[in-house]
Amino acid sequence: MAPKSFYHFLGCIIPHRYPSIESAVKLVFKDLGLGLLDMEGATCCPAPGVFGSFDRVTWATIAARNLTIAEAGGHPITTGCNGCFASLWDANHELKHDDELRDAVNENLAVIDREFKGTIEVWHYVDALYQLAGLDKIREKVTRPFDGVRMALHPGCHWMRPKLIKQKDDSERPRIFRELCETSGATYVPYKDELICCGAGGAVRTADVKIALEFTKQKFDSLLEAGGADVIVTPCPFCELQLDLGQVEIQKHFDEEYTFDVMHVVELLALAFGHEPDEFGLATHLQYMQRKSTPAWEKLGIKVEES
Amino acid sequence: MTSAEEKTAIEIDTPDDSFVQMIKKTGGPNVQNCYQCGTCSGSCPAGSRTNYLVRLIIRKALLGLKEQCISSPELWYCTTCYTCTDRCPQDVKPTDVIKAIRNVAVAEGYMLVPHQKTALKVLEAGHAVPLEKEMWENLREKVGLERVPPNASRYPEAIEEIKKIAKKTGFDKLVAEKETQEE
Repeated sequence: MAPKSFYHFLGCIIPHRYPSIESAVKLVFKDLGLGLLDMEGATCCPAPGVFGSFDRVTWATIAARNLTIAEAGGHPITTGCNGCFASLWDANHELKHDDELRDAVNENLAVIDREFKGTIEVWHYVDALYQLAGLDKIREKVTRPFDGVRMALHPGCHWMRPKLIKQKDDSERPRIFRELCETSGATYVPYKDELICCGAGGAVRTADVKIALEFTKQKFDSLLEAGGADVIVTPCPFCELQLDLGQVEIQKHFDEEYTFDVMHVVELLALAFGHEPDEFGLATHLQYMQRKSTPAWEKLGIKVEES
Repeated sequence: MTSAEEKTAIEIDTPDDSFVQMIKKTGGPNVQNCYQCGTCSGSCPAGSRTNYLVRLIIRKALLGLKEQCISSPELWYCTTCYTCTDRCPQDVKPTDVIKAIRNVAVAEGYMLVPHQKTALKVLEAGHAVPLEKEMWENLREKVGLERVPPNASRYPEAIEEIKKIAKKTGFDKLVAEKETQEE
């Protein structure tokens, strides 16, 4: 039976730095009749590039602890972060298929009276929206189509890669994320480097922010060569942070100014469903807070009252 | 001095395969599938702007050059985008091999200070990016949410569980030892 409610795995970046995404997903899921349950006491996923690179067994154990919270309640998990998805989905998958790892993890979990059982699945918001709600139902909810708005996509990496394991989409020519975003009525703008990484993952942003920003800059320049876009949409808050706050950091490190509005797909849909930007706090993205700027409302076709 | 004098031939007749076995055990079971085609490095967005070469690291690993692999700063430029993994014709899963080599590097004391700090945050706050300051609570309130989310930021017992796990796996020592070294 298809689930109707999910445990909502928040992770770190969404609730602690980009809470507008948390607010927006609550609006969008409610509009579509999908339930989000608090996942009390969930921790960091933990960050797959960082923890997975340090000690695989510790990474898998902390991820498994999060999974056991959902197992106890009997609902699947949904997350809006590619990184959290990578940790929780991958750990769930590996623990279901690797007995040696599972034994090691359960031995560790025993010290906190928990056990990984392998009884639940992990869904990205994108999966829940695409597979469960469905594009037709989403289109029905669109009351403020982004007609004439040029939309570039940044699908990111871990929702669809590694493709042979995830078995979701063709990572060289992905279509699911694009189809979901196109329900908003915006016009998809292809650009050469759409599929390269934002640069933040794998502990690189933590190790050397300038190298990470070079990836981001390459994406932006590639997008400008394709004629630019009014909005960049991503399914990941860490990518969103890198593309959004990254513009402020690029200005600092490279003295080059980019002014792209960046949204998580649930923020795009919240607006398309007719919610006002203030309802979920679109203007609190760190780019706007630090630059004391606002989204380019006119380009986005949104009327807002000057406060 | 010429470079020929500095660099000696690597005896591949008798390679030390203990490093390869370590990698296979730590999450890179297919490392020996590699036939050095270079699809990984050709696909790599980190390799196009840094000295990070996946093919080179895998070649060195197969030759048993453990120290060169684990001490290389470039090892930490992989963003784990998995493009190489999706394109590798030999199913080497290069991203997993790199992560496995990083595991060995960390176990032998090669951990960057910023990474160690991030790891400590998870042990202290339950989150790599903690709620931390009042300004972030204010931001949450501004977007119509409760000031503290229902994760480890609200439930300190969750942090205690993470600490117990880290103690059991020895991860706390791994991070703490590095801290002592830095002092």
